[in-house]
Amino acid sequence: MKMIKAALASLALACAMTTGAFAAGGDVEHADVEFSFEGPFGVYDRAALQRGLQIYQGVCAGCHGMKFVAFRTLADKNGPGLSEDQVKAFIAEAGYEVEDESGELIPAKTYDYFPANKGAGAPDMSLLAKARADGAVHIYSILTGYTGEEKEVAGTTLYENKAYPGGWINMAPPLWGDDVEYSDGTEPTLEREARDISQFLMWAAEPTMIERKQAGIRNIVFLLIFAVMLFFVNRRIWANVKHPE
Amino acid sequence: MAHTHGTGDGNEPHRRDVLFLATGAMGAVGVAATVWPLIDQMNPSATERALSSIDVDVSAIEVGQQVTVTFLKSPVFIRRLTDEEKAAAEETPIADLKDQNAQNALHPDDSATLKHRLVDPERDFLVMSGVCTHLGCVPVGEAGDFGGWFCPCHGSHYDTAGRIRKGPAPTNLPIPVARFLDENTLKLG
Amino acid sequence: MGNIPQEHYEPKPGAASWVEERLPIGGLISHLQNFPTPKNLNYAYVFGGILVLFLVIQIVTGIVLSMHYQVGDEASFRSVEHIMRDVNGGWLLRYAHANGASFFFIAVYAHIFRGLYYGSYKAPRELLWIIGVLIYVVMMATAFMGYVLPWGQMSFWGAKVITSLFGAIPLVGDSLTTWLWGGPAVGEATLNRMFSLHYLLPFVIAGLTVLHIWALHHVGNTNPTGVEIRKDSIENVKKDTVPFTPYIAIKDLYAIVIFLILFVAFTFFAPNYLGHPDNYVEANPLVTPAHIVPEWYFLPFYAILRAITDDLWIMMIMPFDAKLGGVLAMFGAIAVLAFIPWLDTSRVRSTTYRPIYRWWFILLVIDFFVLMWVGAKPAEGIYPIIALIGTAYWFIHFLVVLPVVGLIEKPLARPETVEAAFNAKHGIEPGSGKTDAEAAALQPAE
Repeated sequence: MKMIKAALASLALACAMTTGAFAAGGDVEHADVEFSFEGPFGVYDRAALQRGLQIYQGVCAGCHGMKFVAFRTLADKNGPGLSEDQVKAFIAEAGYEVEDESGELIPAKTYDYFPANKGAGAPDMSLLAKARADGAVHIYSILTGYTGEEKEVAGTTLYENKAYPGGWINMAPPLWGDDVEYSDGTEPTLEREARDISQFLMWAAEPTMIERKQAGIRNIVFLLIFAVMLFFVNRRIWANVKHPE
Repeated sequence: MAHTHGTGDGNEPHRRDVLFLATGAMGAVGVAATVWPLIDQMNPSATERALSSIDVDVSAIEVGQQVTVTFLKSPVFIRRLTDEEKAAAEETPIADLKDQNAQNALHPDDSATLKHRLVDPERDFLVMSGVCTHLGCVPVGEAGDFGGWFCPCHGSHYDTAGRIRKGPAPTNLPIPVARFLDENTLKLG
Repeated sequence: MGNIPQEHYEPKPGAASWVEERLPIGGLISHLQNFPTPKNLNYAYVFGGILVLFLVIQIVTGIVLSMHYQVGDEASFRSVEHIMRDVNGGWLLRYAHANGASFFFIAVYAHIFRGLYYGSYKAPRELLWIIGVLIYVVMMATAFMGYVLPWGQMSFWGAKVITSLFGAIPLVGDSLTTWLWGGPAVGEATLNRMFSLHYLLPFVIAGLTVLHIWALHHVGNTNPTGVEIRKDSIENVKKDTVPFTPYIAIKDLYAIVIFLILFVAFTFFAPNYLGHPDNYVEANPLVTPAHIVPEWYFLPFYAILRAITDDLWIMMIMPFDAKLGGVLAMFGAIAVLAFIPWLDTSRVRSTTYRPIYRWWFILLVIDFFVLMWVGAKPAEGIYPIIALIGTAYWFIHFLVVLPVVGLIEKPLARPETVEAAFNAKHGIEPGSGKTDAEAAALQPAE
């Protein structure tokens, strides 16, 4: 019996080890940064998401699409929490357009999606934070990991980045600080901007995270209570077998 | 640890029953909570719900012209009535109507006058479902015995205000929740 | 129904009798409810119940997911995102299904190693065991095809690598892979048939599970002592067993809830921990991920597949190349499980009473985890050597250790009856209550 228990424990440990091993991703330097959505009780920081949206629109959108994110979700209460009018204003200001049935470009509606952007060969940002191990931290680390060195390989300029696997990335440093003027008056330092866009991209990739964690707490509490009750029921049912009079 | 008496023992039937009942109830709650997401997933998704309200640009519609838009996966007729059509509708006595209710989501109890059928009584926009109330076919415009709509499936005739006048359809063509956000933007839903 | 004496079911006169004469469903239910189960089962025996639950979870979540899933080069990935973002509770259904697969395998591995430890495969349970091995094989096929469906990078390249294995088969290999793919390479046609089979195979598993449980109810459970329950009379059966309901049912339910806590913790708080980030990148036939890794539950066998290389001395004398060698080793590593009932020469079932074999068993468990660990490592440096040693031991264990140790080992003293073992464990005085005074004493081994 002890052996079985030990075997189960080591099974759990081995799962942790093996997945942990390929999740770690090798010799890159990850920044030491924390986000409000981490942990079982974590929530997205609405103001940070709104600032992150500004960064996406002002900086990233030039090269990166976000085709799985619908404009309407910018109004999610666990997300950026814009009002419907603010969402409409955002679309109008950014000038997003879609094709109607006849192929003519008309202004996008709230139920439309951010467009894909294949021009620059940059990855779509909808799921970027889930497509990298420890995504938000990874994105933050990349954005703050440029050393300033660059080199040219086969006609392409590569930029040294201590957070990128291999050390050289072909995305020019996108953030420098003061790249946008935050509408809430926050000072747009490089670190601030990197944190905000990282959080925003985590939300874009996993908009249901907060709902999920809150449901998880309810489920765990329920099952713990149920388990305790079953423990006593089980003991009582077995009592006359284990302790016959 | 205190010695626990078994089922053959009559000392504490009450406590045992409470424990068993509570655990059973807990299990029932757990099963119900597990089943609900399996049912709810078949309800309309956020994608569908997002389409439950749409804005339509009506600036290009001329008097006497009809456009059909898709709203809630069904056709909705948007027609600007001509003066003759308005007059024809207004002159019809309510008593002659098969269905005397306006069938307007915003005027549930009102009679089926033209005024109650229009989005805005001051303007000439008639906005209504394009689904025959008989068995769901799409009626043809500017047709039928009353110059309104005619359903080719089973011969229901609607007048210029979309009211049922003849044939098997039971009620007037229903009018969805609709209002003007501004001069040219009609909000459905 | 089985060969364990049980009280005969007498339907009440009236409707119950009318039905019973035409369809003996009441007798079946009564048999299942009152099935005599050894009273000394420990918590290693709960995984069968957990597995039934997870089969149900996977089928139910799978069916509702298929109401929203679409097949297609772009549609698959997009529809999964639609499920995650827009379908009511869709994220829960998908994460429960994905993590459900992992926990299904955790339970099945625990179940298999429990069977190995307690000798559950020995006569008369050979068919019960072999049906179990079949279930495991179909489970692996189902899980593999399910992982393809989101059509991410790992889906695509995993499908490519695994289907290419069949290309190693002499003569028919190339036509076989083309047939599997339905085209010159893995593509939409492949994806579509994987979806079809992924929907079908769980019902095959369910059918095999019915056979598995049927066989179990015919021969009866083993138990930690490996001593068969006495089947000579109903009185003796009652001394060694308890009715399944409520005793085992409530104990299984308790264990299920504990297991569900772990499952829920992963599903709600670390739903992607057991997955691979690359599968959130859309499939791209032009770009291979830096490091193709299968899901964790395939890793031990993936390690065995990669362990065979052309520079091994054994490959020098083999009439085929390492590609086929690896494929044979991988399938052989699973197939060998089916022969265990005849490879084990021991007179006793339970490893508890096998002082020598127990150490080899521990080594096998360690070997399994080492293979799992090395399967996730790149095939370079020290790792291929570790994989080779692990592979070698896997085969040596079953083909050499199991037959030889059984012959040379002297088993420890075992209890005479299940009742005696149970009474000894719980300090029940011989003669007290319903226990049998004679049975409590430990008898020496023959």
